[in-house]
Amino acid sequence: MGAMQMTFSDEKKPTPTSGKVKMAARDVKVFYGDNEAIHGVNMDIMENEVVAFIGPSGCGKSTFLRCLNRMNDTIDICRVTGKVTLDERDIYDKSLDVVQLRAQVGMVFQKPNPFPKSIYENIVYGPKLHGLVNSKSDMDEIVESSLQRAGLWKEVKDRLDSPGTGLSGGQQQRLCIARAIAVSPEVILMDEPCSALDPIATSIIEELIDELKGSYTIAIVTHNMQQAARVSDKTAFFHMGDLVEISETREIFTNPKDRRTEDYITGRFG
Amino acid sequence: MSNLVLLTVLLMVMAVAYQIGLVRSKRMSVAAVDGGTRMHSRPAYHGTLVALWTVVPAALIYMVWSFFQPNILNSMVMSQLPSEVLTASDNELRILLNRIINLSTGFGLADEAQAYELAAAEMLRELRNQGNFIMLALMASVASAGLVLTWRRIQPDLRARNQVEVVTRFLLILCSTIAILTTIGIVFSMLGEALRFFSFVSPADFFFGTTWNPRFSTVGTSGQTGFGMLPLLWGTLMIAIIALLVAVPIGLMTAIYLAEYAPSKVRAVAKPVIEVLAGIPTIVYGFFALVTVGPFLNMLGATLGLEIRATSALTAGVVMGIMIIPFISSLSDDIITQVPKAMRDGSLGLGATKSETIRKVVIPAALPGIVGAILLAASRAIGETMIVVLAAGNSPVLTANPFEAVSTMTVTIVNQLTGDLDFASPQSLVAFALGLTLFVITLCLNVVALVIVRKYREQYE
Repeated sequence: MGAMQMTFSDEKKPTPTSGKVKMAARDVKVFYGDNEAIHGVNMDIMENEVVAFIGPSGCGKSTFLRCLNRMNDTIDICRVTGKVTLDERDIYDKSLDVVQLRAQVGMVFQKPNPFPKSIYENIVYGPKLHGLVNSKSDMDEIVESSLQRAGLWKEVKDRLDSPGTGLSGGQQQRLCIARAIAVSPEVILMDEPCSALDPIATSIIEELIDELKGSYTIAIVTHNMQQAARVSDKTAFFHMGDLVEISETREIFTNPKDRRTEDYITGRFG
Repeated sequence: MSNLVLLTVLLMVMAVAYQIGLVRSKRMSVAAVDGGTRMHSRPAYHGTLVALWTVVPAALIYMVWSFFQPNILNSMVMSQLPSEVLTASDNELRILLNRIINLSTGFGLADEAQAYELAAAEMLRELRNQGNFIMLALMASVASAGLVLTWRRIQPDLRARNQVEVVTRFLLILCSTIAILTTIGIVFSMLGEALRFFSFVSPADFFFGTTWNPRFSTVGTSGQTGFGMLPLLWGTLMIAIIALLVAVPIGLMTAIYLAEYAPSKVRAVAKPVIEVLAGIPTIVYGFFALVTVGPFLNMLGATLGLEIRATSALTAGVVMGIMIIPFISSLSDDIITQVPKAMRDGSLGLGATKSETIRKVVIPAALPGIVGAILLAASRAIGETMIVVLAAGNSPVLTANPFEAVSTMTVTIVNQLTGDLDFASPQSLVAFALGLTLFVITLCLNVVALVIVRKYREQYE
């Protein structure tokens, strides 16, 4: 595929960014045991913009993504140094409540992972934990609005009590997005959200991401370069634990500055 | 020739046959390569095939022959006995046959042998020798025929590899059949005796009677009373319930700690150590209950103003609970570990804490499997014998008080089968009826448990 045939997200509609830095990383290094997986990444993510992380397998893009809501804490041997901020506040600071952080920075995973509960229970799980809902009517409202935003409401409104695991793969992933939206996050991290889905389900999710931008800051890891081009405002190229290049998506795909970026997007490796 | 010697010879023949096949195959493969073709199977398969065809038919002959020969010879000998002896009762004839067999093997008798007995024994010995000789000759000829025929079949295009595969499959099927047939055999052996019991006592009296007090009368007349099994069933269930009340919370907490919190080093040590509990002989648990736990509970009761007997349902239940902790902790640990990491990540990613994740996502997801583990532990508790023999107090009465002595089905089976009793009396036969009932109960629990566990496994695939 040539770079020229790509569709870019800014051709559809410009993202209304406020120009404010939402999250920033300064010299972030990640170690698995003694092995340094990420070698000092610096990055600014602006409010309400969509950033795509691309790069060959094992380049560290998912690892870096998981630093942004401290999901790496759940891996025993993993250690993170450097500074990551959310609204200028260090998220690795000892005084910070990681539970609160993950409510602000939601995550959607590679494989759809709805809980083995009803669709309704899946949505209200987060809000209940954080005390965002007090009554049945609150919950009904949050279930409907979250499913509406995730574009799933019409398909499931008559079977909210059936198990979330009974949905199709694409529907499950949208349920997971709805579940993340339900706790009103400011940032949504997506770790290859379409890699387990067929092309039709993928395009529905991509449309959804397009709908969501403007309301949320989104960081998405993807292996699919057309997807990065279609959904993102900026693209970051990772290679062997380094952030090689980050800039406007159109710029990366039409005029890459680094030789490695060019080789990757033209399909010479990866 | 004794069986052991014969077995050794068969194994040696097998080894030799293997070598013969191997050597021929190797030679042939060299020739085949020169001739521009190649062997279908490698020499080891040819060797195996020759060895199998040499030994297996001979071994089958041996098994069938050994199974039928004694009965055939016995009836031949018995039919030769003087007619006035044959008028005796079945029981006396059985004793007579045993005397003849003992004489013929040189075992000797406690008293003087009759002349006709000596003659019959001599005849039996003769027949047996002849029979053994014919059997050996047959085995030898079948083995050599197998050896020669298979040896000649070794050709480049012989698909020995596939044939060995077929034989392997049959061997595996045979082995698994043995376990299944044993279960069926156990059921039938108990069923026969249990049915004999029900000819003395009506099933309604047995299953719904509330008094257990079989008088030890030796006359096997019908219309016996005191065979109500409800007190025993109740005692069994009460002890099992107490055991589960002890084991389920402790076992489950242990499993959660091991699966979710324990560092891998702790887990690697703690898990086998806990499993040691399951390996302690139950009689040792019985001592422990009798010597330590019983008196302790008694003392504890005294300080609390309760009357707790040292041997009671409580004592037996508590100790049995300790015994089944590893069943619950180990199985639940495996099941909790199987809950996909994605499930935990999903919950943590929404801002749940670790314990919230465990309570609201991991345990509900693992629940069917945990219930299965608990049911398996329950069936173990119901079938347990030695602890209750020593610690439950052996008092077959219907009581709701766990501090009283009770008795269980297993204890009663032991009591009814030990001691000097006629095996044809209902007092002994009731043990089989109890055993069958127990078997059905535990079988049902196991089936339910396995179905639940299997259903759970399918969920994540």
